Amino acid sequence: MAVYRLDQGEDALSLPSGVRPKPTVWQNLVKFAKDKPLGAVGGAIAILLIIVAIFAPLIAPHNPRITNHEAVLAEPSSEMFLGGDQLGRDVFSRLVYGAQISLLVGIVSVLFGVTIGLAVGLVSGYFGGIVDLGAQRVMDAVMAFPALILALSIMAVMGASIINVIIALSVVFVPGAARTIRSQALSIKEMDYVLAARAIGASDARIMIRHMAPNLVATYIVLATISLGWAIVVEASLSFLGVGVPPSVPTWGGMLTGATKYVETAWWVAVFPGLAIAVVVFAWNLLGDALRDVLDPKLRGAS
Amino acid sequence: MNLYVVKRLLLFVPTLLLVTIIVFALMRLIPGDPAYLRLIGADGDAEFTQEQLEDLQAQLGTDKPLVQQYGLWIWDMLRGDLGLSMIHDTPIVDDIKDRLPVTIELTILSLALATLIAVPLGVISAVMQDSPADYASRIIAIAGVAMPNFWLAILIIIFLVNFFGWLAPLRYADLWKDPLTNLQQLIFPAIALGFYNMALIARVTRSAMLEVFREDYIRTARSKGLNERVVIVRHALKNASLPVLTISGWQIGRLLAGTVVIEKIFLVPGVGRLLIDSIFARDFTMIQAIVMIVATMVLLLNLIVDLMYGWIDPRIRYA
Repeated sequence: MAVYRLDQGEDALSLPSGVRPKPTVWQNLVKFAKDKPLGAVGGAIAILLIIVAIFAPLIAPHNPRITNHEAVLAEPSSEMFLGGDQLGRDVFSRLVYGAQISLLVGIVSVLFGVTIGLAVGLVSGYFGGIVDLGAQRVMDAVMAFPALILALSIMAVMGASIINVIIALSVVFVPGAARTIRSQALSIKEMDYVLAARAIGASDARIMIRHMAPNLVATYIVLATISLGWAIVVEASLSFLGVGVPPSVPTWGGMLTGATKYVETAWWVAVFPGLAIAVVVFAWNLLGDALRDVLDPKLRGAS
Repeated sequence: MNLYVVKRLLLFVPTLLLVTIIVFALMRLIPGDPAYLRLIGADGDAEFTQEQLEDLQAQLGTDKPLVQQYGLWIWDMLRGDLGLSMIHDTPIVDDIKDRLPVTIELTILSLALATLIAVPLGVISAVMQDSPADYASRIIAIAGVAMPNFWLAILIIIFLVNFFGWLAPLRYADLWKDPLTNLQQLIFPAIALGFYNMALIARVTRSAMLEVFREDYIRTARSKGLNERVVIVRHALKNASLPVLTISGWQIGRLLAGTVVIEKIFLVPGVGRLLIDSIFARDFTMIQAIVMIVATMVLLLNLIVDLMYGWIDPRIRYA
């Protein structure tokens, strides 16, 4: 990996030798875009998605929930440029609002899941011994449930709602994150600065939070980005099956429920929501891969 | 070798026990008593007496302490008794016996298809690095990983319906009685299910092959004048198969989970569809049994993959 260079301004010359000013965020972004063009494209699509989600009421030309019997399965036109769905609702507007749910559920559940995974992995790796053994067995056991099956059974027990989808997905992301963080924590805890902190009498909690956790931030960011695409797919699968977000809320997965009935007459009902999911997942995957290469090359092959 | 096998086997038992505890605990999170839920019926308005409730609780064993309930549940499972469906009052084992073979066939078929297409694709991609063929296969791989399987299934149906006037089969033929019809019916669900794995395996094969190509033994094999095909298949592919096997092993759970979605779309009468139907019917004993079976299968298959891994790669079993 190339070292992130700073521009050779006058400020740099006035600093004592060996000390370089930190590159600005903008310089790092430009460098990232040059090194990883695909990752930058992924990042741009991701940012676009966030903008669409935030400004959905301004972007969507129609109300996504209002049904219109004259526009049932209407062909794409200047009025409804991605057509109308089986209840005459505007497909484009529903896609725009669907971005909100995909992002909200994806981001919140990944943050919860990966953060809990960080805590479990850190504690497990730091203390080792019986704590580690116990925690790892529990993580193994949770991993025995395929993500969708685990999420489905949690939803079956708790019922369909946005909060429950977030809880179900958070649980799904804990074991993978815990395992990756643990292996990093195992090597970090042997570092000199951790030994030094222990030598001056820092408590276990202080060592983990102040000295080890900051060194796991890169791994955390990479894990969260890579998991997000997967979270969007699982959320869409749950909504598609009808056990995720309640059907009245526009979601990309929910829009595809029952779409097979109209494949002969109205292909747009089935094609566009899926395309939206695929493009967004693709973008987050590209961004995640690029971030991994830049921030944490050791993770290559970990996911 | 023996130490590795013993260690791996010893890990299996406590993990399986923890899995049973998780499934048991999860199903106890259901609001309401199972006996009550059953008596009140699917519509939630059936009438019953306190006596009936207590009788049913005694019959289901839900009046006993949790630890005892858990013990009984494990004991019944060990004897091959999965209990009765909460909705139909029929033995769950019978449904599973009908449905599981279909799901297993679908899973194996899709994994086989995925591997058969992905490995040559990955090898071609690596051998002809940066050629148009390489770019084409990489685009397929990247797209395949991002496409949700249910969307792909819908696209396949659009294609089949509009070009071949396809209709979802009303009855799926039995594999042993009419294998040809059965394969014809299951091939499209298998493609939809396995596409993600195909993409992933192709990607891993390519990068593993590229890595192996840099090794000294490949240079040696080439410099002693071996036929390039022999170098690729016997020397490179054999060593590159390790990461490919690992990835396939990790993805088995995902494939099994994918059957829920794919079976629902293609109306395949497998365990996946049984699970989603049971969720809508609130048949919690059935859900519990299916989730337990799937998790056990994943654990067993991971165990087999790990053992195979140790058998193929001597570095692992002596580490």
